[in-house]
Amino acid sequence: MAAPELRSINLNINKEQHVLQVLPWVSLLDALRDHLQLTGTKKGCDHGQCGACTILCDGKRIVSCLTLAVMKDGASITTIEGIADGEQLHPLQKAFIEHDAFQCGYCTPGQICSAIGMIQEGKAKTRAEVKELMSGNLCRCGANIGIIDAIMEVMEGGSNE
Amino acid sequence: MSVQPSIGKSLNRLEGHLKVTGAARYAGEYPGENLVYGYIANSTITKGKIKSINTKTALSLKGVIEVFTHKNRPSLAWFDFQYADMDAPPGAAFKPLADAEIKYNGQPIALVVAETFELARYAATLINVEYEEDTFETNLIDNLDKARSPKLGLATFLKPPPTKPVGNYQKAYEESYAKASGEFYHGTEHHNPLELFATTTIYEKDGKLTIYDKTQGTVNCQIYVANVFGLKYKNVQVISPYVGGAFGSGLRPQFQLFFSVMAALELKRPVRVTLDRHQMFTFGHRPPTLQRTHFGADTTGKIQALHHAAYAETSRFEDYTEVVVNWSNVLYPSKNTLMEYKIVPLDVFSPLDMRAPGGSTGSHAIESTMDELSYALNIDPLELRLINYSEIDESTGRPFSSKELRQCYLQGAEKFGWSKRSPQTRSMKRGNKLVGYGMATGIWETMQLPARAEAQLTKDGKLHVLSAITDIGTGTLTVMTQIAADELGLSMEDVSFSYGDSKMPFAPIQGGSFTVSTVGSAIKAAGSALRHKIYKKAQAIKGSAWKNLKIEDVVFNGGCVSLKKNLSDTISFREIIAANKGRMIKTTNLSLPKSFKLKKYTRAAHSAAFVEVEVDEELGVINVTRALTTVAAGRIINPKTARSQILGGMIWGISKALREETITDHEMGKYMNQNLAEYHIPVHADLHELEVVFVEEKDDIVNELGTKGVGEIGLVAIPPAIANAVFHATGKRINQFPIHFDSLL
Repeated sequence: MAAPELRSINLNINKEQHVLQVLPWVSLLDALRDHLQLTGTKKGCDHGQCGACTILCDGKRIVSCLTLAVMKDGASITTIEGIADGEQLHPLQKAFIEHDAFQCGYCTPGQICSAIGMIQEGKAKTRAEVKELMSGNLCRCGANIGIIDAIMEVMEGGSNE
Repeated sequence: MSVQPSIGKSLNRLEGHLKVTGAARYAGEYPGENLVYGYIANSTITKGKIKSINTKTALSLKGVIEVFTHKNRPSLAWFDFQYADMDAPPGAAFKPLADAEIKYNGQPIALVVAETFELARYAATLINVEYEEDTFETNLIDNLDKARSPKLGLATFLKPPPTKPVGNYQKAYEESYAKASGEFYHGTEHHNPLELFATTTIYEKDGKLTIYDKTQGTVNCQIYVANVFGLKYKNVQVISPYVGGAFGSGLRPQFQLFFSVMAALELKRPVRVTLDRHQMFTFGHRPPTLQRTHFGADTTGKIQALHHAAYAETSRFEDYTEVVVNWSNVLYPSKNTLMEYKIVPLDVFSPLDMRAPGGSTGSHAIESTMDELSYALNIDPLELRLINYSEIDESTGRPFSSKELRQCYLQGAEKFGWSKRSPQTRSMKRGNKLVGYGMATGIWETMQLPARAEAQLTKDGKLHVLSAITDIGTGTLTVMTQIAADELGLSMEDVSFSYGDSKMPFAPIQGGSFTVSTVGSAIKAAGSALRHKIYKKAQAIKGSAWKNLKIEDVVFNGGCVSLKKNLSDTISFREIIAANKGRMIKTTNLSLPKSFKLKKYTRAAHSAAFVEVEVDEELGVINVTRALTTVAAGRIINPKTARSQILGGMIWGISKALREETITDHEMGKYMNQNLAEYHIPVHADLHELEVVFVEEKDDIVNELGTKGVGEIGLVAIPPAIANAVFHATGKRINQFPIHFDSLL
């Protein structure tokens, strides 16, 4: 087997340009965590089953574990580290704190990135629809109620089923 | 303006900002200079021996640094006790890479260390293993004839064996006016915290180890590493400030810790070992358990006979036990009882405490049998529990330290609308769905262990407290800060809490719902001792004016010590520090449970769960449309984080009753659904109206704080309440968890 060769890719991450030398088998998730030390994006399964690694790629939410870094040459990426505007937290981040929408905090970056992506998709209008379209993001602590409460508050100033 | 107490306030988590911005760093995320990556290879057979293990091809890859197997591992501790951690059951703890023997499917057999994670993972697939396979047994039900009583050991202290038989259960049951019995089963469950188990070991220049580990016990892991690798305690530091969920899985050192440390010591460089999700199914789990019950009552509904037997899986090498059958007679008085608990050793890894171990298992059998009994008697299920309400714990003859369960029942029933339930099964409908109401009781023992804490009045007149305890997402940082703040009358901003580090004062493992009672008490003790020290300094500074005072004559508030009678006669912490030549004032204190007093009482948190389900009659699909848990758990330090604990427990209850199970292929002795797509837990769309009510409960006995803990009680009552609601909806009593839709068709 011929040894794989390093590829050079450009990624705009959180409004900063990065040039990375990676092998083709490196997932975007591992590129972020191991190559760029952006460990805010979490690995919970590495199989696209838990949603912890959700990031925004060209404005859309994707699971970065099922994406090879080389597939995204030239892409614009936002991770949890780039959600706040400097010291100013994003409304969803504030709402997550206020609604105690996390316990261990490990699924939280994925939940927040996924919620931003979901809101931008504009498909979910009701609480039931939000729950459905957020169901790719697992939470093992059972902070689900707070998570949906926080998202609903940001979407429409709070709503109950 | 005076500072108001923080205890009792619904405060946001202090680490919230770090968690929502991705800045909180977990064990597998710490950098290291020239860090290398370890990947574990697992056995593909269930029992036997490794005949040969060939690592040549793996080692030939450029970038692969070493492959460790039982053949070339360094010399390690030999004796069993050196591998026994604080939570080890009686027996011999598993020793990674000890020899060629395979004890269970998925056993770690090698560690590949390489320059990248991907390379290590790939190289692990190139290891060639030849096995000599033995026959094995993994099926609990097929091996019930081998059930035996567990050995006693240190673990028995927190997990007492069943109470002795009382009266004549057999006769009383046969003569009972109404009888209910059942056989209950749940299979294997895995904790599956969302964070993968990981350890980053930094080999320091002087040979000391700094270890970032995913654990529920920093000191526990420190002692384990020192014992196994023959190191001095002071040369091993285990740090674990953020833990991405654990639920019991981190109570014992897991094998990635062993591998990371072994490789770092051998290679003298930083090594990170992270498990895959499928490897998260290769260590502890909730053991499959079979239970049988026989409850009998007289015509008034008073229970006359209680029989509860449990048969649970354990490994061949340790006698893991749970408290499954001890609860029914604590909740319901009976003059005739028989409680039995047996274990069945099988070719699996040792089970491990998983959120509400034993309690959530036992309550299913007890509370569903009570439900069955209520139908046999034609008495409302809630009424039956009130008829049999225990004013003292009849299983031991001891009074309760406090028990507001009656209020849990009454307030819960009122809020839920229990009176709207029509007694007949299949009598309530909503569209094409059958509707069922079910309720159940929950109980969880209140425990306290020894712990130390340090309290410092810092140079800038603020309070800093320290403990080795972790915060596994339960809110420990926030709650401990609240307790410390009140002890010195400070606002939260003037208090900091350092934790999650084995170098800090001793804390036991974080589990059993005992952390607040244990570490909170230590912080209270240290805070109180610091207050006395500060007072002495203040008194010295004030000279003759304060000479004849006692500490009771002053008040600590807002960073000042002031005379109660004349608040303007005051001295600030800053002035005291200045007079102390700018040096901090500190104290370290030990808090011990007052065992002599405590053993006179039964101490427990109680709950009542009320659940509504909708069942699609044609498809059998069950939906928990709403659930309410009322909780009496003593003093609630932070209602916001406590509510989250209970909600989390309730969701675990829904999961246990309707979703999660590890499926074993007993032909292969292997778990078949080792991933999060096939190991089902509830997703957002599965969860609807969930409500928590804390009932007022004052307890002066359990500990100085009056806290009982809320980590597990939220889970205990929900599973049987769901099973009972499904019965009410459908008329079908399903005693096997999780309840599958096909069992209703």
